[in-house]
Amino acid sequence: MTDFTEDMFEPPQVERQPMIRLVMRRIHSRWRQIVTVIPFFWLLVFFLAPFFIVAKISLAELAIASPPFTSLIEWTGDGIMTIRLVFDNFVYIWEDSLYFDTYVNSLKISVTCTFLCLLFGYPIAYAIVRSGPVAKPLLLFAIILPFWTSFLLRVYSWMGLLADQGTINNLLIALGVIDEPIRMLYTEFAVYIGIVYTYMPFMILPLYANMEKLDNSLNEAAADLGSKPTNTFFKITLPLTMPGIVAGSLLVFIPATGEYVIPDLLGGGNVQMIGRVLYNEFSRNSDWPVAAAVAIVLLFILVLPIMVFQHYQGKAAEEQ
Amino acid sequence: MTVSTAVSPEPWLDQKEQEPLVKIRGVTKKYGAVTAVDNVDLDIYKGELFCLLGGSGCGKSTLLRMLAGFEDLNSGTITIDGVDMADVPAYERPTNMMFQSYALFPHMTVEKNVAFGLEQDHVPKLDIADRVHDILKLVELEDFKKRKPKQLSGGQRQRVALARALVKRPKLLLLDEPLAALDKKLRKQTQFELANIQDKVGVTFIVVTHDQEEAMTLSSRMAVMDAGRFKQIGTPTEIYEFPESRFVADFIGSANIFEGRVTEDGVDHVRVETEFCEVYIDHGHSVKAGSKIWVALRPEKIRLEKSDTIAEGANQTAAVIDDVGYLGETSIYKVRLPNGEIFDVTQPNQSRPTHAAQRLTWEDKVNISWDPSSAMLLHS
Repeated sequence: MTDFTEDMFEPPQVERQPMIRLVMRRIHSRWRQIVTVIPFFWLLVFFLAPFFIVAKISLAELAIASPPFTSLIEWTGDGIMTIRLVFDNFVYIWEDSLYFDTYVNSLKISVTCTFLCLLFGYPIAYAIVRSGPVAKPLLLFAIILPFWTSFLLRVYSWMGLLADQGTINNLLIALGVIDEPIRMLYTEFAVYIGIVYTYMPFMILPLYANMEKLDNSLNEAAADLGSKPTNTFFKITLPLTMPGIVAGSLLVFIPATGEYVIPDLLGGGNVQMIGRVLYNEFSRNSDWPVAAAVAIVLLFILVLPIMVFQHYQGKAAEEQ
Repeated sequence: MTVSTAVSPEPWLDQKEQEPLVKIRGVTKKYGAVTAVDNVDLDIYKGELFCLLGGSGCGKSTLLRMLAGFEDLNSGTITIDGVDMADVPAYERPTNMMFQSYALFPHMTVEKNVAFGLEQDHVPKLDIADRVHDILKLVELEDFKKRKPKQLSGGQRQRVALARALVKRPKLLLLDEPLAALDKKLRKQTQFELANIQDKVGVTFIVVTHDQEEAMTLSSRMAVMDAGRFKQIGTPTEIYEFPESRFVADFIGSANIFEGRVTEDGVDHVRVETEFCEVYIDHGHSVKAGSKIWVALRPEKIRLEKSDTIAEGANQTAAVIDDVGYLGETSIYKVRLPNGEIFDVTQPNQSRPTHAAQRLTWEDKVNISWDPSSAMLLHS
């Protein structure tokens, strides 16, 4: 029992604080808001502003000038401001079947590659999660190791492997499997190999991160309740790794759709992907407005799956 | 529903009468150089609530996992209801397990979790709904069947896990530390609930626990495990009142253990000479006169009296209070014997001390004594 004393009832002394402390306290209490401003600022400067610049160019006309397009806003005498929005570039993209076909082809290639990455990446991620304490970091290191060398260098080495006089053909001829070299370089097949090879880590790593969190006792509980391993996979493991599948698929699908280097180097002129078309419009034709329109359309094609993903994540968060 | 046995309601007490449900014979499990379970034999009878009790790493969970089919045996056999389990995979065994982590499927509702096992057996949909409803009623979770595990409290999750394991009516229910994740108060309450549910459904339970109080409350019989072996198997009373070894006497409850020499070995009594007094035990033991032996005394079986005269004779000695711990319902006294040994003595606080003189305190001279039936002889 505490004894009551007189001074217990006296009000506590308020210490007068110097100005600087009050300011610091204010900053501290605002810290939360300051922290959230940083990513917004980043997005504004490096995403939203460039996006509006590209959008602006896509609504302009080609002009012989520097930069090579007309300006959107003009002041005519008398204090009148005119805004000219030229939708001609979008109409042109829509009407010329080359663009439409290329978009479709890009999507076909990136969807197929995403599926192939998932098909091979899922078992690889699963095997890494299940591997022993010695093997696991080594295997993870092996997945990340390719990033140590230049992406361009790795694509060039695939050229060396796949060429008519390349390593694979020479080896097969030396072994007597084939007489004539098989044409692999500058085909769609080479592009598939290049994309699947390059983007595989982006599929494996999110899957690994997701699977690592899965409790093995869930598998045991399913088995204990009478579920055979394949059934357990489809009823328990697959639904619980869905966030990893979605994240990995988006990380492969989005950059693969706009891929330029791989179709250019491994596909040559034979594989049309939108990244190459964009590059040609911009660099060879110097038609910035059409190039910008191509980019804007691509952006909207890619934003759709992201929105689907967001919706899915929101739903998952709600359920928890 | 009550346990229906043809012969005796408690067949484990009369072991010749009935074939055991679970027969474990010479089972050994090694992880590299470590032997987790070392050549154990055990019989468990239908309707039992059997506890495997031991510290962490004693092999109790490994043994349970071998029964469930999650671990292979290095040698030995496990037979459940007459069937050798050697080639039976986990998903075909007549056992269900309640996991320590509960292992509830996070993406399924309570209802779906409980129905999962029945769906694997292709039970008709209507029957599934009925059985899920009944079992959720038993564990008082009917109102929560549409919830996901994350939306439940720890105690509710524990009951979902129990319902999910029980709904398939297994021949044998394996429970791995079923109450460890609950807080102390809920744990005590759930101990009795678990025993009641077991009584209602009549399923044989094997419970792994490290909590001796839990094992004592729950079990019909229990096995004390250490280093992959059984130290003693028996009813809670047998194990508490008649421990066979120093390990068991010390592990279950607390005990004052001291050395002595057998001076007389009668048919119905034993005399042991110790450094501070003679210990007389009023029942027979298979010990040899003249041999050294360990004696154990439970702290609550020792009487404590304030006294200035020195006690003489068997089963009593003078002592000095060295330390006092007031626990509320009981007090624990550390008393120093003439030979310097310290004994723990607990006394119930049956009446409120009204003035200080009544209280036993430091350096008080006391006599301690115990009944001739109280001292326990330990063989190892």
